Amino acid sequence: MALTPKERMAIPRQQMPEREPEERNQDFKEVNLGFDESIAKLEADRCLQCKNSKCVPGCPVGIDIPAFLERISAGDLKGAAEILLDANALPGITGRVCPQEEQCEKVCIRAKGKNGEPVAVGHLERYVADWARENLDIKTLLADPTGIKIAIVGSGPAGLTCAGELAKKGHDATIFEALHKPGGVLTYGIPEFRLPNKIIESEVDRLREMGVKIICNVVIGRTFTIDELLDEEGFQAVFVANGAGLPIFMNIPGENLKGVYSANEYLTRSNLMGAYEFPKMDTPIIKGKHVVVIGGGNVAMDSVRTAKRLGAEEATLVYRRSRKEMPARDEEIHHAEEEGIIFKLLCNPIRYLGAEDGWVKGVECIQMELGEPDDSGRRRPIPIEGSEFIIDCDVAIPAIGTRANPLLSQATPDLKLNRWGYIEADENGMTSKEGVWAGGDIIRGAATVILAMGDGKQSAAEIDKWVREKAGLQPVG
Amino acid sequence: MFRILDTKQLASDVKWFRLEAPLVAKHREPGQFVIIRLDETGERIPLTMADADKERGTIELIVKAIGKTTMTLFTKEAGDTIADVMGPLGMPTEIEEVEHAVLVGGGVGTAVIYPLAKALRDKGCFVSSITGGRTKELVVLEEELKQVSDAVYATTDDGSYGFKGTVADKLVELINDKERPIGAIYCAGPVPMMKAIAELTRPFGIKTIVSLNPIMVDGTGMCGGCRVTIDGKTKFACVDGPEFDGHLVDYDELADRLTAYREQEQQSLKLMEHKRKLEQVRK
Ligand SMILES: Cc1cc2nc3c(=O)[nH]c(=O)nc-3n(C[C@H](O)[C@H](O)[C@H](O)COP(=O)(O)OP(=O)(O)OC[C@H]3O[C@@H](n4cnc5c(N)ncnc54)[C@H](O)[C@@H]3O)c2cc1C
Ligand SMILES: Cc1cc2nc3c(=O)[nH]c(=O)nc-3n(C[C@H](O)[C@H](O)[C@H](O)COP(=O)(O)OP(=O)(O)OC[C@H]3O[C@@H](n4cnc5c(N)ncnc54)[C@H](O)[C@@H]3O)c2cc1C
Ligand code: SF4
Ligand code: SF4
Ligand code: FES
Repeated sequence: MALTPKERMAIPRQQMPEREPEERNQDFKEVNLGFDESIAKLEADRCLQCKNSKCVPGCPVGIDIPAFLERISAGDLKGAAEILLDANALPGITGRVCPQEEQCEKVCIRAKGKNGEPVAVGHLERYVADWARENLDIKTLLADPTGIKIAIVGSGPAGLTCAGELAKKGHDATIFEALHKPGGVLTYGIPEFRLPNKIIESEVDRLREMGVKIICNVVIGRTFTIDELLDEEGFQAVFVANGAGLPIFMNIPGENLKGVYSANEYLTRSNLMGAYEFPKMDTPIIKGKHVVVIGGGNVAMDSVRTAKRLGAEEATLVYRRSRKEMPARDEEIHHAEEEGIIFKLLCNPIRYLGAEDGWVKGVECIQMELGEPDDSGRRRPIPIEGSEFIIDCDVAIPAIGTRANPLLSQATPDLKLNRWGYIEADENGMTSKEGVWAGGDIIRGAATVILAMGDGKQSAAEIDKWVREKAGLQPVG
Repeated sequence: MFRILDTKQLASDVKWFRLEAPLVAKHREPGQFVIIRLDETGERIPLTMADADKERGTIELIVKAIGKTTMTLFTKEAGDTIADVMGPLGMPTEIEEVEHAVLVGGGVGTAVIYPLAKALRDKGCFVSSITGGRTKELVVLEEELKQVSDAVYATTDDGSYGFKGTVADKLVELINDKERPIGAIYCAGPVPMMKAIAELTRPFGIKTIVSLNPIMVDGTGMCGGCRVTIDGKTKFACVDGPEFDGHLVDYDELADRLTAYREQEQQSLKLMEHKRKLEQVRK
């Protein structure tokens, strides 16, 4: 007995069960507990099953959202998982980290109106993905092996997705990863309390079962060049997904004081190297009592919440615009507030102050006001003269963005870059160099997990076409 | 997993290793390093490759045991494995074709100059190597250096062996020897030593290249932990270096940044000692 639209409209948006803020800000276990069966079904029932569903084009990989939600309502989780996995290889990850409020949920019909609240597509995605991981033995159907070798540079979401898609099409895909562990930002950047490593590991294991090879400790540009992969190592094509991992510093005085970390270093020490468990783990990290993080994106939120968990009495976020302009996911900002993070909005650092012993002891900031909108459409922050003030700290973490890392491109001079150093690629990911595609942050600048995955998928389709044509093979479905 | 094939103890706290790392060996050039991680709980630490054999797919490391990771590595023998070896990293040394090149190594810095001596000699330079220590025990690699240098000078601060004085004192003698003018100096060792050498050569305008040793994590330019100030500008030593023009380095900042984890390093060491003692008692 299907529900009437009116009955569906009457169901309020279900809340994600979370751990208590005072408890969770003491450890690195996941904050969100996940829906249970009854909440999930109730939430899925809220979907109006729109004919011309707006949510689907809102998703960069085009998941058939109404069909997927309908299967949850019907109690067919296996069916739901199949629909999900058909379009999205890493739903346990995107369900947790997609900025849904800017994508599928933003355009959901139920988000309209003053009190409108979208269907919680992301939370349901996470629910189904977790269920599938525990309960399904997902055997992906693989095309007949082609014997064609394709190399993928980087094991972030773009690289993982591309490798999985190529394996499905029967190709012999090898990922080369510079670090000792696969996952890219998912592993070294995003903390456990938001995205547990075991979820990434299980996704990576699934790819391995499909025949994808992952070789760590290989830096393309140093261990091999792209030309060597193509000319000597027998790869027919290369997909470059090395991310945009070069930290930007502000070039203000005192940045090289001890206790000033790039967000990348701070998060890498904590997540990849497990420094939050020092001395059980060998890698140390400075646990500040007063930690200041500069920025308003996901990276800044992750850093400041990590600082709190490492025992900071005061963990302060300094951001030059207002809360409304913060680029971080809504949920992260909300969680940070609940966890006792201090927000210093409309202010910007101008220099770090150091003590005699070389340690940072404070950040001098200046108050800002918002002027006219700039290129990004957000109102431009303007410093208010004479409003300088000092925040005491013993650790300071600029988290103001990253750029393209030139390591690979310097070793590949015929790969065309744009003026910011990102690789130039057409809408299919094809670069200026024959046989080389690229996707993810290295073509977009710091973007999102799901956009990186979309690029990986798109390029895999193009690479498949290209290598099959070259080898005189029939195209597959 | 990367297998250790061969080891040799060179001094009480210095050990040489040959290990299997074919991909790294294939592209390694003098001046480059690897980052290793011993096991799942281990730290990532940078070590210079003293040599590599492309055909056999092996690389060589010379390690001075100073903290938890290097001391643990010190206990490894042929047949043992290392979880991760990544590289080659860093810019290869720019080998200057000069008539006379002088290499100055202090402590384990000698491991860094050893491959340079070899490369410079292959280019036809006359190579003088100075290796120094406080006492005889601390002079390392003298024998090895002899095989790749035209002249080798060992120095000790206390005169217990070779020339009495610092490596800088010896270098002054070589600079003053007008018979054989020096075209370039390569120097690796403790920060104060590199600083002293750079200050010494500055007035003579002799090109002086130093190999810096900041704390590193990834080694690919991703973390910025290895940042050093060169000519007032921030550089990442793992990708822009580790070798820089010695006359442009902010040594005081480097020395200071190297102390950032002193407390934690001590804590790690104590814990290791404690575990070792417990094991002895159990036995
Ligand atoms: C702290 C943090 C939090 C974030 N939070 C979110 C979020 O909540 N939601 C969201 O959608 N997005 C988030 N992002 C952004 C998102 O993670 C990235 O957009 C995404 O990971 C990009 O994927 P990618 O595959 O292009 O590259 P990456 O994930 O950066 O992976 C690149 C990989 O390539 C490797 N590599 C680099 N150079 C080489 C080389 N020369 N040879 C071999 N390997 C190489 C790197 O080691 C890395 O593993 C966050 C980013 C950060 C840093
Ligand atoms: C490019 C480069 C090449 C090097 N080559 C050699 C070599 O050929 N042989 C050799 O014996 N040593 C070399 N080193 C130094 C070596 O990396 C450190 O001795 C080692 O990291 C110490 O680790 P530990 O755990 O044993 O000691 P710890 O107790 O952790 O540290 C002791 C000292 O080592 C420094 N250090 C600690 N961690 C790091 C790190 N991750 N990176 C760099 N320095 C660190 C600290 O400043 C401290 O002074 C090199 C360093 C660099 C940057
Ligand atoms: S992948 Fe992201 S955008 Fe697409 S449906 Fe899932 S949460 Fe929404
Ligand atoms: S727009 Fe919203 S209500 Fe309509 S189908 Fe999509 S999720 Fe359901
Ligand atoms: S070691 Fe991380 S940038 Fe150099």
